Amino acid sequence: MNYSRKRKIKETAIEAILFLCALFSVFITLSIVFILSYESFGFFKEVSLKEFFTGTQWTPLFAEPKFGILPLIMGTLLTTGIALSVALPLGLLVAVYLSEFAPHKMREIIKPVLELLAAVPTVVYGYFALLFLTPILQRFIPDLSGFNALSPGIIMGTMIVPYVSSVSEDAMIAVPMHIREGSYATGATKFQTAFKVIIPSAFSGIAAAFIIGISRAIGETMVVAIAAGGMPNLTANPLEPVQTLTAYIVQVSLGDAPHGTVEYKTIFAAGLTLFFMTLGFNILGFWLRKRMREVY
Amino acid sequence: MEDIRKRIRYNTRWNYLFTIIGLLSTMVGMILLCALMIDLAIDGAPRLSCKFLTSFPSRFPEEAGILSAWVGSFLLLLVTALAAIPLGIAAGLYLEEYGKKNWLTDIIEINIANLAGVPSIVYGLLALGLFVYFLKLGESILTGGLTLALLILPMVIMATREAIRAIPNSIREASYALGATKWQTVQWHIIPYSTGGILTGIIIGLSRAIGETAPIITVGALTFIAFLPTFPISAEFPFVSFKWLMDPFTVMPIQMFNWVSRPQEEFQLNAAAAGIILMMMTLLMNGLAIYIRYRFRKKIKW
Repeated sequence: MNYSRKRKIKETAIEAILFLCALFSVFITLSIVFILSYESFGFFKEVSLKEFFTGTQWTPLFAEPKFGILPLIMGTLLTTGIALSVALPLGLLVAVYLSEFAPHKMREIIKPVLELLAAVPTVVYGYFALLFLTPILQRFIPDLSGFNALSPGIIMGTMIVPYVSSVSEDAMIAVPMHIREGSYATGATKFQTAFKVIIPSAFSGIAAAFIIGISRAIGETMVVAIAAGGMPNLTANPLEPVQTLTAYIVQVSLGDAPHGTVEYKTIFAAGLTLFFMTLGFNILGFWLRKRMREVY
Repeated sequence: MEDIRKRIRYNTRWNYLFTIIGLLSTMVGMILLCALMIDLAIDGAPRLSCKFLTSFPSRFPEEAGILSAWVGSFLLLLVTALAAIPLGIAAGLYLEEYGKKNWLTDIIEINIANLAGVPSIVYGLLALGLFVYFLKLGESILTGGLTLALLILPMVIMATREAIRAIPNSIREASYALGATKWQTVQWHIIPYSTGGILTGIIIGLSRAIGETAPIITVGALTFIAFLPTFPISAEFPFVSFKWLMDPFTVMPIQMFNWVSRPQEEFQLNAAAAGIILMMMTLLMNGLAIYIRYRFRKKIKW
């Protein structure tokens, strides 16, 4: 009797501890939101929301500071756009090839190697974009400045291919075999089956993969901090230097802004903007993936 | 008849064409990876030497080394592993084995999926506000390690869950049938059988932590450190000292970043040399993870 009660207490205690560990992740999110909002609140006491969202100049470190976030958002969207125009088509092609065309053995070898692309430290990619790709691109595009949005954008795009391809591939493999066989039975070729049957059936999974890619590209920091230059620049020209939200945070952190100053608070305002941009995409992606799992 | 033949030829041609296009797109990534390694090797290999590993950073590029950087990276990784592994496995266990299907577990699940997608630099800002200024841990090794632990926690949790999910229910039922309690089942069956998957996830998480730069910059790691943290073992009682946890630090990727952003070419060669070592560490860890996954998959058959 006594023994079984002791055992029960132990079981309950263990469950409670494990539950607390799981709950800890919620605490992380809450503290992210709290800390970003708290410091940003201090920032918005000094700078109006109107100036923040409609100003076209971002010069918080100048003697006469201006706090318009648009140049940073534009820089982020520009590098993200370039990265996506590389990553999305390439990732989709790789996924179709691996799931429908490549022999099984080849897939087993290629997948881990592709995943290495996402494992390389981003600072190494930054080095590569600045000192290898930019000089090569400059030979073809003489107008390209030493720091630009194009070269880090391309490198970022290749870097996120494995994120896009692996989730899309999972979605395509999850399409049941009888759907493929049905298509073959009507006389369709492999190519027709892949593009007219498999891709539409796996659509929500592929969309989720694209969204993961988008949110990766928005949050990527070191490649752009190294190779895109440090100039907040309201431009859509990929040949010019730009600064992204993430690169700005790095720049200020390196300069060691004193705690409590406006410069210190700007990085939290920039971080909050970044957090909300990625949060929207993450939730959409999660929902799409969940839907994909429920279809079959 | 002729028409149909033509049609078939046309359609099968697309098959071949796409096999080539697909193979080429797969190759793009690998070519980039090769170009990257060759470029690093050409620039950095001449700088690699024992002296490079045992010297502090310096104003003179040919005397500079990465001693404080790799020691910092190693200690940071130690703190990260100690914090993230138990927490991550426990959370994963709860969600797979204990959690009932209710709104609270749903929230935890969505939350973890979201955390995995939060940009790393946002974790840096969290750590700056929480560890550096609120908990007053300063710009120390402890702060840096905990920051990276938060960052890889979702990866560890997800790897744990996936590994546990692969265990068939018959194993659990057999254990319960013998009168084992839930924890006994977890302790003697679930954890041992999922070790391979969990280990793979942990190693991949740690390999990401070692290359992570941005969040460590925001918590204020210094770029120029010409001393080592306090040695953990001392001659006097109590012999073990934890003072190193509170020392300032730098890590490999930050050292590399610092050298890349200098205009002089000699420093950029140093950056390439540091890059080679960084790449070797991540490749080694990823290789190990792939090997473990492969071996456990071969060994366990349900």
